[in-house]
Amino acid sequence: MSDVVEKTLTALPALFDSQTGAAKITNRLRQLIKSITELTSKHEEENLIKQELSAMKEQVSSPNTTMKQMREIMVRAMYCEMLGYDASFTYIHAIKLAQQGGVLEKRVGYLAVSLFLNEGHELLLLLVNTVLKDLQSTNLIEACMALTVVAQVFPKDMIPAVLPLVEDKLSHPKEIIRRKAVLALYKFYLIAPNQVQHIHAKFRKALCDKDPGVMTSSLHIYLQLIRVNSYKDLTGSFVTILKQVVGGKLPLDFNYHSVPAPWLQIQLLRILSLLGKEDQSTSELMYEVLDESLRRAEMNHNITYAILYECVKAVYTIHPKAELLEKAARCIGNFVLSPKINLKYLGLKALTYVVQHDAKLALQHQMTIIECLDHSDFTIKRETLELLFRITNAQNVTVIIEKMLDFLCYVPIKTLTFAPDNSWFIQTMNDVFSIGGDLLQQDVPNNFLRLLAEGKPEEDDQLRLYAVDSYLTVLKGHTSHLPQCFLQVMSWVLGEYAHLQESVDQREVIQFLTQLLDQRSVSSETRVWILSALTKISEGQTDLILDLAESLSSSQDTVLRQQAQELRHLSQDSQLHEWALPRGAPWDSIEVAGLIVFPYYDKLFLLNINSGYLLTFSRYSNFFRCTCICLYINFVYHFSSSTLILEGVKRVWGKDGYLPQKEATAPLVDEPSAAVQPPGQHEAAERIESRPEPSTQNQDKQQLASSLFVGLGVGSSMSLVRKLYYDGFTVSLRGNVVDCLEARSTSVCHYALLMDDPHTNVSFTGTVSYQTQPGHTNTLPFSGTLSTADFIRPLVVTTEEYGKLWLSLSHDVKQNLKLLTDAGDPLRTTLNALKDALQLHVVDIIGSEGIVACRLLSGAPCLLHCRVNGTALAMWLRSPHPALPDCILYHCQRALTHH
Amino acid sequence: MQFMLLFSRQGKLRLQKWYVPLSDSQKKKISREVIQMVLARKPKMCSFLEWRDQKIVYKRYASLYFCCAVEDQENELITLEIIHRYVELLDKYFGSVCELDIIFNFEKAYYILDEFILGGEAQETSKKIVLKAIEQADMLQEVRNTHIACLFVLVYEVTIGSFPSC
Repeated sequence: MSDVVEKTLTALPALFDSQTGAAKITNRLRQLIKSITELTSKHEEENLIKQELSAMKEQVSSPNTTMKQMREIMVRAMYCEMLGYDASFTYIHAIKLAQQGGVLEKRVGYLAVSLFLNEGHELLLLLVNTVLKDLQSTNLIEACMALTVVAQVFPKDMIPAVLPLVEDKLSHPKEIIRRKAVLALYKFYLIAPNQVQHIHAKFRKALCDKDPGVMTSSLHIYLQLIRVNSYKDLTGSFVTILKQVVGGKLPLDFNYHSVPAPWLQIQLLRILSLLGKEDQSTSELMYEVLDESLRRAEMNHNITYAILYECVKAVYTIHPKAELLEKAARCIGNFVLSPKINLKYLGLKALTYVVQHDAKLALQHQMTIIECLDHSDFTIKRETLELLFRITNAQNVTVIIEKMLDFLCYVPIKTLTFAPDNSWFIQTMNDVFSIGGDLLQQDVPNNFLRLLAEGKPEEDDQLRLYAVDSYLTVLKGHTSHLPQCFLQVMSWVLGEYAHLQESVDQREVIQFLTQLLDQRSVSSETRVWILSALTKISEGQTDLILDLAESLSSSQDTVLRQQAQELRHLSQDSQLHEWALPRGAPWDSIEVAGLIVFPYYDKLFLLNINSGYLLTFSRYSNFFRCTCICLYINFVYHFSSSTLILEGVKRVWGKDGYLPQKEATAPLVDEPSAAVQPPGQHEAAERIESRPEPSTQNQDKQQLASSLFVGLGVGSSMSLVRKLYYDGFTVSLRGNVVDCLEARSTSVCHYALLMDDPHTNVSFTGTVSYQTQPGHTNTLPFSGTLSTADFIRPLVVTTEEYGKLWLSLSHDVKQNLKLLTDAGDPLRTTLNALKDALQLHVVDIIGSEGIVACRLLSGAPCLLHCRVNGTALAMWLRSPHPALPDCILYHCQRALTHH
Repeated sequence: MQFMLLFSRQGKLRLQKWYVPLSDSQKKKISREVIQMVLARKPKMCSFLEWRDQKIVYKRYASLYFCCAVEDQENELITLEIIHRYVELLDKYFGSVCELDIIFNFEKAYYILDEFILGGEAQETSKKIVLKAIEQADMLQEVRNTHIACLFVLVYEVTIGSFPSC
């Protein structure tokens, strides 16, 4: 064995040496491929290919380059083209290679031509002579290559030149040549049917060819021919062929996974179904063989299902026969119920085809269809909808349309990236809104508006302009039938972007919107949208607006009345208008002493870091009602002052969490929520993370302790190590929005933060993302520090409960603390001081001992046992949480020191 | 069939055959779009995709995706089997084929495809006959450097792995 290996190895160098052109050729390409795979960036690849291409360019133009080398270059050029680089300078050389090279070079040359050039390419004309020469060649391989290229890329105008030669090949002794000639003619038929009309008789000869390959190829032509001419006389022949195939009369070579020539069967079934369509007598000829096909195709393999599918289609296409229909229906059932998803899909497709003839068939599979409707696979879902569309009738129309609209809601925004152009997109969305209307989920208009709003000013102004133009056209027509959500979308867009369209008089826009307001069919919610839009574009059009505001100020709807007031004020005071609704200008964010004011989309956010409050102000904000806060924001915004002191912002986080009385926002919340802004738009903007950050001093101490006490006692060192670990790595806070109050002009989000793992100090950071101008997302970081003390709450228990709990707790810490001795009762004073500082609950004080209880906010309890020991207070803490006693001890120490 | 694409899991094109005349930029756009769509599919989903007015039929073999675009009325299952037969042909020709065989010998893969599908239609479905035609043309080729090819494949097969037996 080793001898053999040795021999092979010693022979290797010789092998390498003896390699002639071929080896070098492949090596060059290999080298290129290998070096490409080793690269890490697209940029490097580009550079490498650029070098490679310029080297190739030099080589191809050098007169010394041999044909062999040219062949090698061509292969590399093909590779570069596949990677997406332009190697068009080699095209002409590919043609030359096919023309001048030996058989080997021709092979590469022809392949390169078929890959590089398409039918219309002018260079192909240069290939015609080569093809003519090769078609006449006695070399079988050359003739094959010429036919292959003819069947793939050949200029339409040059067909007459080669046609006689290709025709001759139909009677060539070699079947491979005949087969390729048939396919070349098929290709000619596809691109220029008139050119091959005179040889239809020869196709018949091909159909009767003794070689099954040639016969199969001729079926491609017949499948096309039958669509235009009737070849009813051939029905018998096709039926006989199919019978023979199904009966296994073909050579075994043609079997595919034990199924005889499935491609041939399918082709024949297609031809038969075309022949038998609406023709009873022809159909009768094929009943038997169809029955046979259905029966034979039993094996559980994809290929038999493919044949069955084609059979079922044929049975339902030709003149019906009850018996066959029944069998076919059973087949479809098997498809639809199959657990294999590909078969299920095909079953649905078959069902879609079949229900046009027999709608009852769908009934049997109701449940499966319903399941498929909610399938996670988009393809299945779509096919199911197609099926539903076919079985729509007066009874089920509402349900089906609803399902389709659900789907529709999903489609438009998703497919926006594929939208061919702006006008198409806007038109499609118009259709969606006007057809889908108020059945649409709220996301659809929201997302649509967001898309419009987020675009870049220059790029997407085009889209916005389209939208404005298209909506103005819509509003010119009848508007009473339009769904409310469409009206809302239109008024928002007009309010924001009507000014982009300079050719349109703003007064005209105002008039359109005013007309809408007068319509009875318009809901009060929509009216609010319209009024908002009017507010935005009202600047300088006082005369129009004043009338409107006047008429609305007697409206029964308080919200409208309110808005009318705003409208009147704003339209009269352009400076205020500029403040409140700056047109198109990016709203920069200003950070003021822990308060961040920033605009997002249509709202102003006011984030008070100290309080954890996030206030949101709609751009439609109700100026005059909540004067205090709004003016405050405007003030901040307008003067961009960085020295403002936060006055008037109430402290909202008290010792018991946030204070229940929300003074600052109460009047806003009390307003009728007209939900001007669909809720949920701003939610995605916030993200709060927490990151523990122990004070460095403390960390140092712990590190020192852990290195000092390592190995002293397993328990203690473990707990120290663990503590460091906690402080260093884990996220110990979690938070979530506990409630979001939305009113017309504000929304207040409360984050409830809980501490899972106690730390002495924890800092939290967060970011709020928002958009100041379309397409630009800004991120504002904010941070704050919280200590364990903020999370400690009194635990109210009786002395008995305390006793029981004490015994059940496992982690304990003992330490002597400073006793406050400046009063009569040192213990009581000390405990009271701790109680005030840390919200502990003093359970009981008996003599020189006191018991105190507390717990983490929705977390673990901690019990403290205090005893006066001389001038010190011996404290013993127990908790189920390993780190909690340490933290509390630390805070107790601090509280007593600071006292 | 409109076109056939072979691409890797990373979205790298390994083979492209177009049966409809398209400009280079169209080809690039389409292949990018199709590759993106196919790669986004989850493993349990069906092998078919609606794309424009056509159907994309795809199947993954080891690290390589085989993907065809066919007319809407076409029988998707038979297209799937066309892909499978092509893989079988490659497998037989290269002897348990892997992605690297196709990368390094892509012109061979094209020859086989041209012998199997011509002008977008199945030309010859018998495995034996297709391979015979290829071998005859190969015979003309100078002695093939099989030793080196073998060594090469061996090195890479460890990392990429061959197709499951067909």
